[in-house]
Amino acid sequence: MSLAFSENAQRRFDLIVGRYPNLQAALLPVLHLAQAEFGHVSPEVMDFVGHLLGVPPIKVQQVATFYTMYNLAPVGRFHVQVCTNIACYLTGGKEILCHLKQKLAVENKGTTADGVFTLEEVECLAACGTAPAIQVNDPHDPEWPIAYHENQTVASADALIERLRAKAGSNG
Amino acid sequence: MKNLDVKILTKHLDDPTLHTLSGYESHGGYGGLRKALKGGMTPEKVHEEVKAANLRGRGGAGFPAGIKWGFLPKQTEKPVYLVVNADEGEPGTFKDRLIMERNPHSLIEGCLLACWAIKSKTCYIYIRGELFKSYKHVEQAIDEARAKGYIGRNILGSGFDCEIYPHPGAGAYICGEEMALIESLEGKPGQPRNKPPFPAVVGLFGCPTIVNNVETLAYVPWIVENGGQAYADLGCERNGGLKLWGVSGHVKRPGLYELPMGVPMRYLIEECAGGMRGKVPMKGVIPGGSSCPPLLASEIDIALDFESLKQANSMLGTGCLTVFEEGVCTVRLASRIAHFYEHESCGQCTPCREGTGWLHRNIKKLEHGEHLEGGLGLLESICNRILGNTICALGDAAAMPIQGFLQRFGDEWAAHLGAGRCPVEA
Ligand SMILES: Cc1cc2nc3c(=O)[nH]c(=O)nc-3n(C[C@H](O)[C@H](O)[C@H](O)COP(=O)(O)O)c2cc1C
Ligand code: SF4
Ligand code: FES
Repeated sequence: MSLAFSENAQRRFDLIVGRYPNLQAALLPVLHLAQAEFGHVSPEVMDFVGHLLGVPPIKVQQVATFYTMYNLAPVGRFHVQVCTNIACYLTGGKEILCHLKQKLAVENKGTTADGVFTLEEVECLAACGTAPAIQVNDPHDPEWPIAYHENQTVASADALIERLRAKAGSNG
Repeated sequence: MKNLDVKILTKHLDDPTLHTLSGYESHGGYGGLRKALKGGMTPEKVHEEVKAANLRGRGGAGFPAGIKWGFLPKQTEKPVYLVVNADEGEPGTFKDRLIMERNPHSLIEGCLLACWAIKSKTCYIYIRGELFKSYKHVEQAIDEARAKGYIGRNILGSGFDCEIYPHPGAGAYICGEEMALIESLEGKPGQPRNKPPFPAVVGLFGCPTIVNNVETLAYVPWIVENGGQAYADLGCERNGGLKLWGVSGHVKRPGLYELPMGVPMRYLIEECAGGMRGKVPMKGVIPGGSSCPPLLASEIDIALDFESLKQANSMLGTGCLTVFEEGVCTVRLASRIAHFYEHESCGQCTPCREGTGWLHRNIKKLEHGEHLEGGLGLLESICNRILGNTICALGDAAAMPIQGFLQRFGDEWAAHLGAGRCPVEA
């Protein structure tokens, strides 16, 4: 097996599996860990995780494909997710999504040519009181790999993209 | 009307350190746990207080927590599990996130007391994967509580052992359904199991399990400290205590407001949320998440309790209101809702898998003023084929709001039929 966890991730793995009476129960958190380590959940990563937990590859695949947070293919550095569910729909989420599609010249779930952004329309983020809301995943940020941006407008979302672009330019 | 100034979970929200152990303890936190474990409250006594509190489940269905705990087998060789439903995903709902981010120790203390009452030594908190900050704060709270001796072995010298673990979801609304959540916790796709057997009998890892919502458990410490009757008295008949009410949409001050059960909806919308955001009058409100049938603006003189909303042909749900103004096309709004349920159906049962897509396709047609074969009756008949014919309640959750929109806004929907365009939005 060519894949291996870093020392840090291995420590985290040991902590996680200690929480359950069997190894399979650790599958979701360990897939999150593997995705953070290896970028996305490729077939190789699924095999690796299955091997670690003694879960047949087909079962790992069933799980990895059932849940939306596992990226089966590489995504952009920033995964920008715009909520358009009821509260966000009523307060401008659709307009923000339209604007970002144009600005980034991508369709829903598309990635920009430079690989910096993936844009996606998502369901309610539990931020309806501060709608519209945008979630940005940045796996390079170990502290806050998932950040929420709330009370957004077309202008603030536009500025957010510019900030992220600058961040990508400065530390790759 | 009840005293509207009493607060429990939001009382110290202005303290920016409330999410830390020292912050929580500086306001008397873990007093409930001390009272139970050091003050000689038996598990049975804690259970009694929760029963007396009329604490109804805050996850949407409103089942009384004390009664649910009573469904556990009296004698069992197997471990008993407490599972916290922190998968908050019902569109329009944003209350559990506040508790986890800003008052997580109230949840941890509630979990410990619930475990004491149901004789469980292990609790999992299943946190929606997207809620990273919630996960962080809950994990930190657990670590701090463990370091202080509130979690682990022989808690406060009482002989009580209890572990609490956070567990991240991975993006699937259906995992909020309790059986899907259990499957997911076992490392499987989140596909609901048939009931019965209910989780209290055969739940996590085949063992007796109680599943409760975050908010339900977060109120338990206050109940233990102050007594179940005192909590019940804060609310209204059959609906004890306070609740976190959310208001979003076209209001002036969207947000969360902690008020008694039974508070008038008008008070929440007009006094707390400041009424409508501009000059456009209110058109309607979705009372408790997208699965609840909407009410008209003329219907908001209603008490926010489970029975009153049911009587009005709707549901209290999660208690988070989504308010919309005149000019909003209810067909388009419903189309967005139907899209959601189509997207989230786990696909296990045919009426839900096919029905949610069928509903969405036809409502979308209507949205654009197309003609429907069979008129609005087609939508009714799709709903009727889903309702009651599925493994879990997601099917019902998809059909009920559509029936509700047809009942309340039928004329507007009829005006779309064959109009060639939306007659509401310009
Ligand atoms: C499709 C579906 C989604 C649900 N989502 C949630 C949820 O996100 N959070 C929650 O607490 N309960 C949710 N529930 C309700 C749970 O099944 C269960 O009733 C609840 O967690 C019990 O806790 P309570 O009695 O404390 O409310 C959902 C139910 C269904 C059918
Ligand atoms: S009702 Fe829908 S979500 Fe529930 S089990 Fe059936 S297909 Fe899955
Ligand atoms: S509807 Fe967008 S966060 Fe809830």
